[in-house]
Amino acid sequence: MLDTLAQQLLLGLTNGMVFALIALGYTMVYGILEFINFAHGDVFMLSGFFALTLVSVLGLQDAQGFSLFAQLGLVLVLASAFGAVVNLLIDRLVYKPLRKAPKLAPLVSAIGVSFVLQNIGLIWGAMPLDVFGGGGQPAAPKSFPALLPTTNLLGNSAITLQLKDVLVIGASLAVMTVLYLLVTRTKLGMAMRATAQDPQAARLMGIDVDRVVAATFLVGGGLAGFAAVVYALYINTVYYQMGYQNGLYAFTAAVVGGIGNIPGAVLGGLLLGLVRAFSDQFIGAQWQPAVLFGILIVLLVFRPSGLLGSTAREKV
Amino acid sequence: MGSVLTKNWKQYVTLESLLLVFALLYPLFPLFDLAGEAAGLQLHLDQRLVTIFIYGILVVALNVQVGYAGLLQLGIAAFFGIGAMATGVMTVDKYPFHFGFWGALLCAPFIAAVAGTVIGAPTLRLRGDYLAIVTIGFGEVLRTVLINLENITDGPRGLNPVPDVWIPSWLRDFAGGGDAGEANLLVMYYTALLVLVAAVVVLKVIETTRVGRAFVALREDELAAACMGLDPGRIKLMAFAGGAALSGLAGCLYATNLTTTADPTNYDFNNSVMVLCCLIIGGLGSLRGALLGAAMLIGFDNVLSPLLDRAIQVAVGDASHPLARFSSWRWFLFGFALIFMMRLRPEGLFPARRVAAELHEEPEEA
Repeated sequence: MLDTLAQQLLLGLTNGMVFALIALGYTMVYGILEFINFAHGDVFMLSGFFALTLVSVLGLQDAQGFSLFAQLGLVLVLASAFGAVVNLLIDRLVYKPLRKAPKLAPLVSAIGVSFVLQNIGLIWGAMPLDVFGGGGQPAAPKSFPALLPTTNLLGNSAITLQLKDVLVIGASLAVMTVLYLLVTRTKLGMAMRATAQDPQAARLMGIDVDRVVAATFLVGGGLAGFAAVVYALYINTVYYQMGYQNGLYAFTAAVVGGIGNIPGAVLGGLLLGLVRAFSDQFIGAQWQPAVLFGILIVLLVFRPSGLLGSTAREKV
Repeated sequence: MGSVLTKNWKQYVTLESLLLVFALLYPLFPLFDLAGEAAGLQLHLDQRLVTIFIYGILVVALNVQVGYAGLLQLGIAAFFGIGAMATGVMTVDKYPFHFGFWGALLCAPFIAAVAGTVIGAPTLRLRGDYLAIVTIGFGEVLRTVLINLENITDGPRGLNPVPDVWIPSWLRDFAGGGDAGEANLLVMYYTALLVLVAAVVVLKVIETTRVGRAFVALREDELAAACMGLDPGRIKLMAFAGGAALSGLAGCLYATNLTTTADPTNYDFNNSVMVLCCLIIGGLGSLRGALLGAAMLIGFDNVLSPLLDRAIQVAVGDASHPLARFSSWRWFLFGFALIFMMRLRPEGLFPARRVAAELHEEPEEA
C-alpha cells in the first residue's frame, strides 16, 4: 500500500511538472494581457511533432551514451526555440492587431488559431516518415521512441524510479529556476512585473510594453516547447489533439494556483498532477476529466482567485 | 387599401422571408434532389435541411446567452446533450416513462433549463473568461459522465429507439402517400421547421420587451444597468437558463431525428465551438445572423463538404488517403474564418445594427 502511494506520488510529481511548464505560459500571458491564450496547448502539441521529426532526422533512436544525451539536449533547445517562435508569430500576426478590440475578439481568434494549429498537426502527422508510421494514419497517436534506459534506479525495490523520471523533474526544476531568476533579477523581468501590474503606468515609466509582451510570448512558447519534449519522453506518444486536453488541464492548474501568479502556476501544476495520479489509481482513469474539471468548477465558484492569487477583479 | 398594399409589399421580400418560403415548399418540390439524382448524386437535401433547422435552434439559443447577454458560453453542446438524453430517458422502452415525442418535447427544455440554472447560479457572477472555462469544464464533466455511466446511457450506441414524431395516423397516411419512411421524413421536417420558426418568433418578441432590453443593457454595461435598478444576477440567470432550455429543445429534436441519443462525443467541445462559429460568422446578437450562420456553416458541413469529397475523389481517382478527404482540412477553414472575422468584420456577416455600431465606434478621447 505504501509502495503504491509512493509510486503514485512520483507519477503525480512528474505529470505535475509537465502541467506546471504549460501552465506557466498561460499564466504569464494572462498576467500581462488578461487574455486566455487558447492556442497555447496547441503550440505545445506542435512542438511535440517538431521534436519527433527532429528525433527521426537525427536518428536518435539508435544513438547511445554521450551522443544520445548531447543530441537530446539539442532537441530540447530546438523544440523550445520552435515553440517560442511559433508563439511569438501567433501573437504578432493574430492577437496584436486586436489589443484594443473588445475582449471577446482575441479569445475567439485564439480558438481559431487553435483549430488551425490542430489541423497543421494533423497534416504534419501525414509526413511519410517512419516515426509517423509512414504517414498513412495522420490522426492516430504517434509513438515517440523510448530513448532513455528503463532500468530501475532503485535496484530491486517495489517502487520504480527510472532515469526519465529523474530527468523530467530535474530539467523542469532547472528551467523553472531560470525563469524565476529571469523574472525577479533581470531588467526584463522587472519590466514584465511592472506591465502585469499596470500597463499604462509601465508605459509612462518608459517601458516598451510591446517588447515585454513579445518577450512574454517567447518565454511562454519556449516553456511549452520544452514541456512537449519532456512529455513526449515521458508518455512516449504525440498526437494532434494532445494540446486540447493537456492545455485545459494546465489552464486549470494556472487557475488553481491563482492566474497571473508564477509560483502559483507551479504549485497548481504539481497539485493537479498529484490529484490526477491518485484519482486514476483510486477512482479510475476513465473518470479523470470529470474529477479534474469538477475541481476546477468548484474552485472557481468558491475561490476564483486561486490558492496564491490576490482577489482578482475585472478591470473596468 | 390597394395602394397601401402595393406600396409596402416590397418590405416583405427579404432574404429571410424568401428562405422561409423555400424551406416551406422544398419537400413538395425537391428540385435539387431531383437534379442531383439526374446527375447521379444522392443529395437528400430534405434530410440535411432537418439537421440545419435543429442546429438553427441551437445557434439561436446560444445567441440568447452570448449575443444578447454577453455571457461567453463555450459548452452549449452539454445542454444540447442533456435535452437529447432527457428525451431518450423519457421515451425509450428501457425506462418506464414512455412519454412519446410531444411529452419529451415539453419536458426536455425544462430539464435543460434546470441544469442551466444549477450550473449558472453559482458561476454566472464570475468574470467573462472564467465563465468560458467553467462552461467548457462542465461540458467535459458531462461527456465523461455520459460515457462512463454506460448502464444508464447505453454508452456509444446511445439510448434507442427514440420514437418518431407522433401525429394522427390519417395525417401520416396523407403525408406519406402510404410510404412510411417518406411520411416520417416529412413530419420530422415540418416539426423541426415549426419549432425553429416558433423559437425565432418568440425571441423576436422578447427582443423588444423589457427582459430583452435588460439583457442588452447588461451586456453593454453591467454597472450602469445595476444602477438603473436591474438585478444583474437574476437577468444573467434568465438568459442562461433560457438559452439552455432552447438547447434542450434542439437536443430533443436531434435525438428524435436520429432515433437514438447517439454517441456522447456528439455533445463535446468541438460541437460547442461549431455552434459558436455559426453565431460569430453570422453575427452576434442578430437573429438573422444566427440563422444564416447556421445555414451557411452547417449547410457547408452537411451538403457542400460531401460534394467536395466526391469531387476530390473523381479528380484524384484514389481517395483512400485520409488527406484526400476534405474533412481533414475543414478545421483550417473554420479556424481562419474565425480569425479573419474577428479582424475584419467582428460584427459578423449579417450583423445586428446595434452591435455593428458599437464595434465601429471611435474610442473616446481620454
